[in-house]
Amino acid sequence: MDEKLSKKLRILADAAKYDASCSSSGAPKRKADVGGLGSTVGTGICHAYTPDGRCVSLLKILLTNYCLFDCAYCVNRRSSNVKRAKFSVDEVVTLTVEFYKRNYIEGLFLSSGIIRSPDYTMEQMILVAKKLRRDHGFRGYIHLKTIPEASPWLIEEAGLWADRLSINLELPTERSLEQLAPEKDGASIETAMAQMFERIEEAREERRHFSPAGQTTQMIVGADESTDADVLRTSAKLYGHYDMRRVYYSAFSPIPDSSAILPLKSPPLMRESRLYQADWLLRYYGFDVDEIASSGEKGMLDLDVDPKLAWALKNRHRFPVDVNRAEREMLLRVPGLGARAVDKIVVARRHTMLRLEDVARLTSGLKRAKPFLVTTDHHPKARLDKLDLRERLIEKPEQLSLFA
Amino acid sequence: MSLHRITLKAGADLNGFRKAVRQLVAEELAPQHVVFAIDDAPGLFGDETVADAPPVSIPKGVARLIEQVVCHHDPERYALLYQLVWRVLNGERDLLEVASDPLVHRIDLMARSVRRDLHKMHAFVRFRRMQGELERFAAWFEPEHYILEAAAPFFVDRFRSLDWTILTPIGSMRWDRAALAFGPPASREEAPDGDSFEEGWRGYYESVFNPARVNPTAMRAEMPKKYWRNMPETAAIPGLIQTAAQRVERMIEQEATMPAKRTPERAIQAMWDQEPKTLKELNAIIAKAGPLVPGATQAVFGEGPQHAEIVFVGEQPGDQEDLQGRPFVGPAGKLLAKAMKEAGIDREKAYLTNAVKHFKFEQRGHRRIHAKPTAGEVKHYRPWLMKELELVKPKLVVALGATAVLALTGKATPITRSRGRAQLGPYQGYITVHPSYLLRLPDEATKREAYEAFLDDLRRIHDLAQADLDTGELPLAAE
Ligand code: SF4
Repeated sequence: MDEKLSKKLRILADAAKYDASCSSSGAPKRKADVGGLGSTVGTGICHAYTPDGRCVSLLKILLTNYCLFDCAYCVNRRSSNVKRAKFSVDEVVTLTVEFYKRNYIEGLFLSSGIIRSPDYTMEQMILVAKKLRRDHGFRGYIHLKTIPEASPWLIEEAGLWADRLSINLELPTERSLEQLAPEKDGASIETAMAQMFERIEEAREERRHFSPAGQTTQMIVGADESTDADVLRTSAKLYGHYDMRRVYYSAFSPIPDSSAILPLKSPPLMRESRLYQADWLLRYYGFDVDEIASSGEKGMLDLDVDPKLAWALKNRHRFPVDVNRAEREMLLRVPGLGARAVDKIVVARRHTMLRLEDVARLTSGLKRAKPFLVTTDHHPKARLDKLDLRERLIEKPEQLSLFA
Repeated sequence: MSLHRITLKAGADLNGFRKAVRQLVAEELAPQHVVFAIDDAPGLFGDETVADAPPVSIPKGVARLIEQVVCHHDPERYALLYQLVWRVLNGERDLLEVASDPLVHRIDLMARSVRRDLHKMHAFVRFRRMQGELERFAAWFEPEHYILEAAAPFFVDRFRSLDWTILTPIGSMRWDRAALAFGPPASREEAPDGDSFEEGWRGYYESVFNPARVNPTAMRAEMPKKYWRNMPETAAIPGLIQTAAQRVERMIEQEATMPAKRTPERAIQAMWDQEPKTLKELNAIIAKAGPLVPGATQAVFGEGPQHAEIVFVGEQPGDQEDLQGRPFVGPAGKLLAKAMKEAGIDREKAYLTNAVKHFKFEQRGHRRIHAKPTAGEVKHYRPWLMKELELVKPKLVVALGATAVLALTGKATPITRSRGRAQLGPYQGYITVHPSYLLRLPDEATKREAYEAFLDDLRRIHDLAQADLDTGELPLAAE
């Protein structure tokens, strides 16, 4: 691999790293054709992890980091002084194929700064995907970032080649968008999301290929004044209206050569982690935004304990819950019991009465769960009402595992 | 009762275990009377032929679990599995559902460990190109369990067109683009010691790391150290961790810069400039994009004066249109032309186009049979159609058939109920049948009747186009 290409790769990978989505999940299972290259597996594969704990699954790069726009939170904004570079379409294709052959990656995640025009940029990105699929018989994963300012027919075309499309909302409120991303406009972002949503649904019904792994989006947390409740309300709307596969949260991170209109400090990474947990509660645990918001203070989640535990501590009258009798819905609300553990409990108790040591084999969160549940040989009794319960359940913040 | 001894081959001896289970079950030997030994010298007992006992019927879930757990390196694996089988066959058929049972729990952990190792092998194998003319790849990998054969299908499915070899201490395998062959254990030295893309890959790995989020614990949880020595990028890890704090400090110390005063004019200009401003520009875009439905030799564009008063929208080009590259030149087009003439509409002054710009068909022998575009496909073309109309700015839009209505309104509506004047998106419009419908009618009488009705529609369209559509005033007292 020649040196010039290596250099560009460093610049354009560095510029893409603030996008949290790297997942290669959700594509239908495919195998390589004779003479072709690549496959997809349902859940995706992380081929490496960087020392920030993040998964490296796709070759995540920008086509270029030159940009006409000036979004304050972005390293690539036109007023920033970072080093710039631009790949040719063929260079991206070569990198993808050669990295793929060595089993470094699941496929390509391609985004770009906006050069010449949104349409021109989008066309170049589509061309990369088209060449990979048509000239190389590439059946690996392709995630294309959609440019909402591009013409609608380009979105129509992009979905034919990509496994997943995404547009980053970046900021949860229209007001923040206006302030921090002067050329962007919330309405056109939502129009594009709606267009993709409609087409994805239709194609699924008609068994055609159009972004089969759906769409995702990302919000930056801590670059504006929005509270966690604001963020989650926006997420709930996005899940509800556009069937987002995932909403990613990215804690605003100090960026080289940052803009003066941004906050000086980054928010605690824990905030991001709590948002991911809250997001799971929204999607898989039957909580609504107001319930989650009520678990914290002033619209912000409790940073010391996870949102489910925070909710339980404030709603102690709903506990303890009997693992041998309670409805699934209520078991899901017990801190420390994940959805999978709950499912196992529900099946196992058809055959046997569960004791505490049985539950211990089904979840790793027994310590948190114990004060809230009843088994044949355990009842928390008055412990549930002790004032220091919260203090005793706070985890030492030594390990912070991120979902992303 | 003396202990019954079963000897199985080294590695994941699924067949051997299966046979043993059949025999043990047939002889009603409970687990406490059986010991499993593993023969480390392969080939010695080889394929000693034991007469096969009748098959044992066990639940699918148990069978699947056995397949995974025989790959585990724990020498106790067979004994544990036999306990499981024994209990399942003796009154606890749904034992697996009791995930809290100590034995089930332990076997489940083993299965999980095997699956994880498999997953990690799929993820962490790094191929290196071998020296030589031909493109051949090889990798050295050290799995934790006996998973070589279980891991193979993934690599075959993915790298079908490549010639590759994976070498491990427990065996090796080679795919030569046609067949898979397993070989003896290998050593690290047999694999290439470098690859020209590794430095670029390491550079990529370094660049995607965000020093502001350093968290080696989370990394090690997913990428345990034991895998590192066979992954070229991990050489960068110590350096990245060491310098992370420093890099972040430097970023923060660096004073925030006021945004350089560069006005957004260029960005806004660029967004305006990209809009096609003539039909010709739009058509060039359509041609370049290629078909969004399968089939078609070329795109068939709309035809007629740029500012026509009436636009006729059909479904999609047919066989003739596809070959000639012009709309409405086939049998249906000819019928339309005839009717237009009789109704007094000047075809030269009307603009004719289709909802879908490419011919979708099924090949049957030598014939290309029209295939109806799906709703989703029609909508793929919708943005182009809308832009086209925006450029023509017609007074009246005529939808010929249901597909045109769908394309113009975004909603499916049956023609029979909506025939006549209608609002079509932002346009004043008129809905009638597609002329190809007239051609398909079976007998002459209905055909003539339908043609008359179509003609009536066209006459009204002709009148409407001349009327002031906002007030509904017609120049002639036709309505
Ligand atoms: S348009 Fe995209 S690349 Fe350009 S400044 Fe905004 S966020 Fe950054």
